[in-house]
Amino acid sequence: METKKTSLYQLHQKNRAKFVEFAGYQMPIQYSDGIVEEHKFTRSHAGIFDVSHMGQLFIYGGDDLVEDLEKIFPLDLKNLEINHSKYSFLMNDEAGIYDDLIITKIEKGFLIILNAACKDNDFRIISELLNDKYQMDLDKKRSLIALQGPKSSEILNYIIEGVVDLNFMSGGMFKFQEQKIYVTRSGYTGEDGFEVSIVNELAENFTKELINKGAKLIGLGARDTLRLEAGLCLYGHELDKDKTPVEANLKWAISKERISQGNFIGSQIITKQLSDGVDKIRVGIKPEGRVIAREKTKIFNQSDAYIGEITSGTFGPSVNGPVAMGYVENEFSKKNTKVFLEVRGKKYPANICGLPFYKKSYVKGANK
Amino acid sequence: MSEVKYSKEHEWITLDGDVATIGITKHATEMLGDIVFAELPEKGSNVEKDGTAGVVESTKAASDVYTPVSGEVVDTNQTIVDDPSKINEDPEGSAWFFKLKMKDQSEMDSLMNKEEYDKFAKESSS
Repeated sequence: METKKTSLYQLHQKNRAKFVEFAGYQMPIQYSDGIVEEHKFTRSHAGIFDVSHMGQLFIYGGDDLVEDLEKIFPLDLKNLEINHSKYSFLMNDEAGIYDDLIITKIEKGFLIILNAACKDNDFRIISELLNDKYQMDLDKKRSLIALQGPKSSEILNYIIEGVVDLNFMSGGMFKFQEQKIYVTRSGYTGEDGFEVSIVNELAENFTKELINKGAKLIGLGARDTLRLEAGLCLYGHELDKDKTPVEANLKWAISKERISQGNFIGSQIITKQLSDGVDKIRVGIKPEGRVIAREKTKIFNQSDAYIGEITSGTFGPSVNGPVAMGYVENEFSKKNTKVFLEVRGKKYPANICGLPFYKKSYVKGANK
Repeated sequence: MSEVKYSKEHEWITLDGDVATIGITKHATEMLGDIVFAELPEKGSNVEKDGTAGVVESTKAASDVYTPVSGEVVDTNQTIVDDPSKINEDPEGSAWFFKLKMKDQSEMDSLMNKEEYDKFAKESSS
């Protein structure tokens, strides 16, 4: 199968991107500045991320749709206000995660942002669960561009006046060159920022304007180090079909109201795990030295017994040291528990730690 | 000091008496990206030609460092362990990796000179 390109492909090329294939798309892993510089620039200024490979699923319907979606997602969608977003999961009956996603209430329905590698499968699962009752559109005509970092609201507000007043995890319809664009204040880097859904034809012009105002294109490499420092999960690493939201330490994302009702897919397992506890759980892991423990690194306790595995590990440029996340047996999941990581045959000391590694600076309310 | 020689694994080597200084090439650092971790062989250990003699890691991945010749490790560059970004800054100068007391200097003969290596690097990256 031929790899797909986003609307910004040529702009990436002009900015000397190195490309990798990711979820069937040619995506920039980094530009000429390199991952460390791009990471730091996002934390100090504003980085532009082409996330057009992600799925933008629009589902249209009224109260019936709200009710039907509540059977799928562990969210209190009846009380979700228009233009407000929630983080959630698509699960199987065993509460295993098919995908993690952001769902936003929009006029006449919902917008769900899906992971690129999962979106087609998600679409199939959700259509089946909804019995094809509603109009569903996995939109290919729109690009998705994220602007992340402390300067993003200032920069975006030059171009789209009013975005500065959006609250975190809420959005609104705006206009760019006479075309409707949908902007949410959200992101996945641990920084304040926005995600902009825009028609493909305008994506390049819009991005060039962001660059003119001082933002820089940032590749998937830095996106990964940024999200890992922020303690955020990446599907296929921290999350997959064999892990539940409770095991992933994401129970905050499950509505308490909905747990007490218990009528969503996977609710039996979730309820059981919340009351009985889980065998393994996701934790932050900080190696003591400089050695980097990457995905699949085995974790041992102080008695040299195997207790789990790293799911993501890299060097965190803002932390200026190695950072990792992984799953360990529950009894070894307390903060400051000493563990050992087996890297190239040697065992290196590390400590279980709280997340994030890097403190977020999301806005809580409007700036003005 | 001898002329600089190069290996197919993208190491450079110079010889001073029977002591060889070894590092990785600028081309190698460009392929690796930002280097954030370096591990060097232990002083006093013996390494064999084409065997592993350390590790460098970028934000993306780990790569082995090979030694182009055999010998006993007589010195290592702690500066690059403490600050691996120095490898990107000056790979073929101050950011050398280790020094070996060579056993068999004829091992140098099969290595490439600058011109040969530049050609090899260009071909292997295209």
